[in-house]
Amino acid sequence: MKPIKLSVNGKTVQAMVEPRTHLADFLRETERLTGTHVGCEHGVCGACTIEIDGAPARSCIAFAVACEGASLRTIEGFDDDAVMARLRAAFTAEHALQCGYCTPGMLITARDIVMRLPEADEARIRHELSGNLCRCTGYVGIVRAIKRVLAEQKITESKT
Amino acid sequence: MKAARFDYEKPRALADALKLLAGGGGMAKVIAGGQSFGPMLNLRLAQPELLVDVRGLAELIAAGEDKDSVTLGACTTHAAIEDGRVPDATAGMMRFVAHDIAYRAVRNRGTIGGSLAHADPAGDWVSVLMLLDAVVIINGPRGERRVPASQFVTGALATVLAEDEILTSVRIAKFSPTARWSYYKFCRKTGEFAEAIAGFVVDPARGVCRAVIGAAEGAPVVIADASPLVGNLDQAIASKATSSAGFQPGSYEFQVHMAALKRASERLQ
Repeated sequence: MKPIKLSVNGKTVQAMVEPRTHLADFLRETERLTGTHVGCEHGVCGACTIEIDGAPARSCIAFAVACEGASLRTIEGFDDDAVMARLRAAFTAEHALQCGYCTPGMLITARDIVMRLPEADEARIRHELSGNLCRCTGYVGIVRAIKRVLAEQKITESKT
Repeated sequence: MKAARFDYEKPRALADALKLLAGGGGMAKVIAGGQSFGPMLNLRLAQPELLVDVRGLAELIAAGEDKDSVTLGACTTHAAIEDGRVPDATAGMMRFVAHDIAYRAVRNRGTIGGSLAHADPAGDWVSVLMLLDAVVIINGPRGERRVPASQFVTGALATVLAEDEILTSVRIAKFSPTARWSYYKFCRKTGEFAEAIAGFVVDPARGVCRAVIGAAEGAPVVIADASPLVGNLDQAIASKATSSAGFQPGSYEFQVHMAALKRASERLQ
């Protein structure tokens, strides 16, 4: 067991971890943050996507022990985030989820697209979303939801 | 999908990392971004006793340039290259390639040195760094050595890197202002490992006219004089080069690599 100290959703966390414990298991089972979903556990499906030091990453192929000093943000850490609030509303309006398993990872990737690529068109959105698998929606609703938030953002910007 | 038990160390100095590797009795492995190695650990395809995390080592993070070349630390992420956060020697070629590696969440963590040391034939940097005739800088208990990328990779998942050595950086020669390049890869799904890769660099000012065929059975195949493949693709020479990459004429793999070579040639701007 190794000691780690890191920040999770703005709170300092100290814990003893086995080196082989991956970050998604640490978050779910030690920190009880079950919003991070575990799908394929080998970095393919994107359900476990969280933010590590401000950038999206797969938590199933990162090890908790290697996150000493890191700042993590899981889906629970976006409750008060304005962009995430718009995305949640757009996901509801556009039927961008059905079973909800992929949704936490989808939302974190979607927020990255909105923040990093404000000019993204549909082709770019689909390219950027290719690392998050959804077996229910066929992606149409998800792409529409992201387009909606990007359009809203442009209207807000043009007013200010 | 849980990794087998291992120990973990994150040394602060290159010398300490080398000591850990030397003391590992062949069962210690370097981990950088872990985007290929992480899945292999979870699938238990790899079961090392010790992981030596090299992401904290200054030598592996530094990026720099001089008049003729750019040196990228082994832990430079694909996303840093994609975003242009490090110098580019290649008139945008490396940024173009980085943008199409896996997915952004992977590019934020995965590193150029890790990808090269892993030497998956379907990975992008193996083919690209061979095409660019990059120099691989390696540190070990016997000091530093420099190996051309084309000699670094010896086969699928095989390199000249010894168990007690660490790939620290790669040096890439700068293109001249008139250089042209192209890169084409065929994937069944966006972001997946490629089924076929082909690329060209034509830079007469430096006397360079090279091509590469990647995602092959073994190491990528470099065509040092690719002039017959530029402009109007010489079918006979293209066919010979594709055969030399280990593909049987008429097979699916042969056809898809020929198509990649043709498309890369057509895209040469």
